[in-house]
Amino acid sequence: MRSEREILSAKRRNLEIRSRVIRLIRGFFEEEGFLEVQTPILTGAPAPETHIVPIRADGDRFLTTSPELYMKRLLAAGFERIFQLTQAFRANERGRVHHPEFTILEWYRSGGDYKSLQDDCINLVRHVCRALAPESRPFFRGSPLDPEAPWERYTVRRAFRRFAGWEPGPEPDEDRFDIDMVEKVEPKLGFPAPCILEDYPRSQAALARLKPGESDVAERFELYWAGMELANGFSELTDESEQSARFQEALSAKQASEGISYPLPAAFLDSLKDLGTCAGIAFGVDRFVMILSGAGELDDVVAFPPEMA
Amino acid sequence: MGSVLTAGELRKGTKLEIDGEPYLIVDFEFSKPGKGQALYRCRLKNMITGIQFDRTYRSGDKFNSADLEEQQMQFLYSDGETYHLMNTSSYEQIEMPAAGVGDATNFLTENLNVDVLLFQGRPIGITLPNFVELKIVKSDPGIKGDTASGATKPATLETGYVIQVPLFVEEGEVVRIDTRTGAYVERVKG
Repeated sequence: MRSEREILSAKRRNLEIRSRVIRLIRGFFEEEGFLEVQTPILTGAPAPETHIVPIRADGDRFLTTSPELYMKRLLAAGFERIFQLTQAFRANERGRVHHPEFTILEWYRSGGDYKSLQDDCINLVRHVCRALAPESRPFFRGSPLDPEAPWERYTVRRAFRRFAGWEPGPEPDEDRFDIDMVEKVEPKLGFPAPCILEDYPRSQAALARLKPGESDVAERFELYWAGMELANGFSELTDESEQSARFQEALSAKQASEGISYPLPAAFLDSLKDLGTCAGIAFGVDRFVMILSGAGELDDVVAFPPEMA
Repeated sequence: MGSVLTAGELRKGTKLEIDGEPYLIVDFEFSKPGKGQALYRCRLKNMITGIQFDRTYRSGDKFNSADLEEQQMQFLYSDGETYHLMNTSSYEQIEMPAAGVGDATNFLTENLNVDVLLFQGRPIGITLPNFVELKIVKSDPGIKGDTASGATKPATLETGYVIQVPLFVEEGEVVRIDTRTGAYVERVKG
């Protein structure tokens, strides 16, 4: 058994890279004219998502699963470009690239859509990598990576046709979709540059708006690098009744699977009437640091992984 | 019967029963695609045949842990196809097909104490002690003057298995062998 001192010393380089990455992210958004904000970690009404389980904190409060709803309430109140770096919490998630507590970066642009976020991703990733080179270059499981190479772009339909041999419709079978996604599609995405996977089936829209003129798909995309999901962004749904219907559906699913009746995020729904066209994205900082330091798992870039916490 | 496990409890090293056979999870990865469900990706190894395959499970999936037990037994004798062993505490004798003994047969001599793995009471594998001492029954003399360090020559053990030994080891001597690697460790002074 290695001592805590040895374990932490071995992570020094990765923790130094982590610190630089966080400063570079802040610098990037400052340059772009974004305001850094902080929103509550303790929340009464987490965003209802079927497969994200909140951790109960204290009485009727939960640890935030993402700052998304608060960010959009700020946008609705007239804040135009905002970003946040914070901890987020999700129950039952523990793996090589999953921790129940993780560092999330979110940014939102009023007036923008998911394509403007994709441009942000390209600029942010290249900005950070250029600043870190040549001492440290992106690397993952034996593969050197290169964010300066052209970024591939797939619609979900095209990626499934190419890698899984079938084409998902607007409401594909969830098990088949999820299993082929992790076994056949994800491992092929993002070599050597990151890859954008966009236009998700309508049934997987989450909080994204449907594509105007092509309502089988949602304006949602995920950023992949080296087979690993790094970010999820969308053109935000601003229609209160549709958002409310999606929340109700997710809340019933959660009642059935978790046995818990979560409250409807009423203040958020109420703010939607003032929310104009906008786009927002959640970006996994720990996974980004993993790639930038050539680490094999999240445990290597977090000083105290869950079992040491 | 083993206990019931949910997919969320699976780990590398977990032993499961699938279609009536015992499986070991040799590789494990937690996955969650985008906004999708939690998935548990496993590489499974059949503990009887050694065959491996990949399988992805979902949160709701349930399993029986494999009903496995290890007992210390003494190897009595083999008639080629069947190995006869005796439980060292109950003195109960069991028979085991040669296929289940596998490569352990290379270092197995009568009266050796071994650990026998039983699945639902049926012997499926043998674990040898980490080190065994075996006699060299045949080995050509080392060439005189060849003192290059690390030089080896083949030597036949009393089990019939051939290992590599240093040149100074002679026929009739007893050597210690690491059964996990199959490598010569040292000469045992008789």
